[in-house]
Amino acid sequence: MKRFSQLLVTLILKTARNDKISVMSEYFKYTPDPDRGYALGALTGTLSIPGIKPSLLRTLVAERIDQELFNLSYDYVGDLAETVSLIWPNTAPYKEKLPSITEFISKMEGTPKAKLSSLISRFLDNANSNERWAMIKFATGGLRVGVSARLAKTALAAYSGCLLEDIEKVWHGLTPPYISLFEWLDGKTGIPKIQHTRTFHPMMLANPINTEQDFNRLDPNDFQAEWKWDGIRVQAVFDEFSKQLYSRTGDDISRAFPDIVGELNGKAVLDGELLVGDNFKALPFNQLQQRLNRKSPTKTHLKDYPAFIRVYDMLFYNDDDIRDLPLKIRRQKLEDWMKRVKNSRLDISEILDFDSWSRLAELRTEKADTLGHEGVMIKDLQSRYSPGRPKGPWFKWKRDPKFLDGVMMYAQRGHGRRSSFYSDYTFGIWRGNELVPVGKAYSGFTDEELVMLDKWVRGNTLNRFGPVREVRKELVVELAFDSAHASSRHKSGIALRFPRINRIRWDKPAQEADTTETITSIM
Amino acid sequence: MQWINHELYIAPIDAYIDPIKPVDKAIITHGHADHARPGHQKVLASRQTIDIMKIRYGEKSATSFQSMEFGKPLRINDVTITLHPAGHILGSAQISIEHRGQRVVVTGDYKTIPDNSAQAFEIIKCDLFVTEATFGLPIFQHPSPPNEINNLLKSISEQPNRTHLIGVYSLGKAQRVISLLREAGYDHPIFIHGALEKLCDYYSSEGINLGLLRKALVQDKETMKGAVVMAPPSALRDRWSRRLMDPIICQASGWMTIKQRAKRSGVELPLIISDHADWNELTSTIDSTEADTIWVTHGREDALVHWCKLNGKNAEPLRLQGRDEELEI
Ligand SMILES: [Zn+2]
Ligand SMILES: [Zn+2]
Repeated sequence: MKRFSQLLVTLILKTARNDKISVMSEYFKYTPDPDRGYALGALTGTLSIPGIKPSLLRTLVAERIDQELFNLSYDYVGDLAETVSLIWPNTAPYKEKLPSITEFISKMEGTPKAKLSSLISRFLDNANSNERWAMIKFATGGLRVGVSARLAKTALAAYSGCLLEDIEKVWHGLTPPYISLFEWLDGKTGIPKIQHTRTFHPMMLANPINTEQDFNRLDPNDFQAEWKWDGIRVQAVFDEFSKQLYSRTGDDISRAFPDIVGELNGKAVLDGELLVGDNFKALPFNQLQQRLNRKSPTKTHLKDYPAFIRVYDMLFYNDDDIRDLPLKIRRQKLEDWMKRVKNSRLDISEILDFDSWSRLAELRTEKADTLGHEGVMIKDLQSRYSPGRPKGPWFKWKRDPKFLDGVMMYAQRGHGRRSSFYSDYTFGIWRGNELVPVGKAYSGFTDEELVMLDKWVRGNTLNRFGPVREVRKELVVELAFDSAHASSRHKSGIALRFPRINRIRWDKPAQEADTTETITSIM
Repeated sequence: MQWINHELYIAPIDAYIDPIKPVDKAIITHGHADHARPGHQKVLASRQTIDIMKIRYGEKSATSFQSMEFGKPLRINDVTITLHPAGHILGSAQISIEHRGQRVVVTGDYKTIPDNSAQAFEIIKCDLFVTEATFGLPIFQHPSPPNEINNLLKSISEQPNRTHLIGVYSLGKAQRVISLLREAGYDHPIFIHGALEKLCDYYSSEGINLGLLRKALVQDKETMKGAVVMAPPSALRDRWSRRLMDPIICQASGWMTIKQRAKRSGVELPLIISDHADWNELTSTIDSTEADTIWVTHGREDALVHWCKLNGKNAEPLRLQGRDEELEI
């Protein structure tokens, strides 16, 4: 844990990407198995160990520190792991050696629940504050040290000289402590063998188009365009025996969509948009949300919101990895496969007919509201299917945002770097004389604006409910959002899609914020 | 105690301790700007505090200065004033005032751990103890300074081509960090920002070993490769520092305890070196003074007041104006 805690401390403090990569590469190079594999799992969020809950930590602290002193400290620091690690009494000289990551895990796994708290106390007693912080983060899950899974894999590529793309290709077929992966990275064996119909394959993502620059240099004849649907991106991975559905991040969501999974036939890996609706007629996103909220659906959900996949790409055709073939060919193979293999819950994404960018622009606005899509996708016909977000081959062209003026009602602390700031806000609009919540936003502002907003929240607090503060209904913010839909879950009856702060209207009186009528009229 | 009030005004001699506004008679604990201000008529302080005030504000920053030696009482009418070392910076004093059989001790700022660049703190038993609380939360448990200096030296040896740029307050912290580096055997020249020059010269003239110091000039950035450069925190992110060669931003301060805070200030290598007492020092000092009334000033008063009450002492927060926690890091 000593080396691991040093790694985490360095990662959280270094801001330069290259610095982060180089400290991780060093770590992977010089740390023995299986420690480094577990650390890799922790950094990439693939490690699942019997963790500890924040409530257990609070109980342990309460046995050592006066409650009021703890509360004042927690309020000052803003982050539980950091508060506990700092406030824990230093009992040096330490009696025991700090466990390695592997020992830490095996002790946690081998300890009955009732004895877990004394085990944790012993670990914390024998550590310094940085080590306590690292252990708590490790045991509570969610490191939040400013490292994405992608960056950790980049460090693997950097230390080993293997290609990041190759690492990505096998990544989802492997699990911590990644022994076979490191054997390959160390040059001792070949690339690990992965069964393609049993694992998630990282997706290819699109960049937003820059309408001023990109359209001038790109030839519309080189591209195909499709609607951009407002559902969730999924990957269907299946053969005769095993059928899985993965989210964009590789989470297995099969159990939530038995109606799709049960109907998958053949052997393939497909990429598409999961939507709900009868006869392939997509309903608005917040109907799909009803299903996303549940681990497994009720009968009513299955009947009212039947799910289907609008397929737009194919990664494996039976056993053939076709990711390196051009999109044009992949599309032909997909069409061919869809014709041959019967699948009642799959349909194919329509190719739009356009010969110029201006024609595509017309299409994009024309059917925005009638069809419920959120723009168009533009893909290079020659593009390979390369994981990640490569610059160039795929673009998304979202429809223009809409705006409303809302009044801040509640504020909540953020996470990680923002944990000492009130950075998550709930906004309301007027219904008669009453403000009703219409959505939450936690992005769209600069660091300086965040400091100002935080200060405003602290100076205008009316009530506190745990981490949430109710504020004076005085600050108006212009929210940008993609679309508005009717919703029974919100008091306002309105749900916004992707609300974010466009600008803060320090000058605008709250009475002049928008009303439910004006928003309903644009739904 | 009728004769001293919450503004630290001592009625029988008509004098204030560390007043923010210009007054007729001021007793000054130490040279930091939130304690020592220019414009008083008469100033009573340690010789070094007076020297520092003159360096920072000019010879005429008070109408008259009267210096006192540590431990030598001064009687004015029926009030006895004695200065005792506070261990905070060079010349920093606790002010002890005795009147009608009662003793009040006002600490100014203090720390109790060893520091070669300041006189060692002394415990003075008293009836009323006025303590600072800059780090008055139990999360502040400062590690040992030599340990932090080792982290710095390790980073220097691991990245010999980069400049280590350390943010330090120009009075006290700068000289202490330099002196700690010298103690640890670091004998290369240390480069200092112009704002630190006068006070470093003064410390050297008072016999504090700072070794070889050189002015950090931007045109010498090639020479400063691999070196230690010290500058006030405000200079860390301005144009001056950007002209250095790929610097590693360090900061020496008790605030560096909190990682999110270090991160927010763009500090890559935090050095937890504080000139203020941490929680354990604060509480054990309060106990050792045997005072039954505690007044708590600048900082996180609430927690320390709460602790005092838990431990059977009378305690009140003073909420003095003008004490700037961010200033004196
Ligand atoms: Zn001070
Ligand atoms: Zn002070």
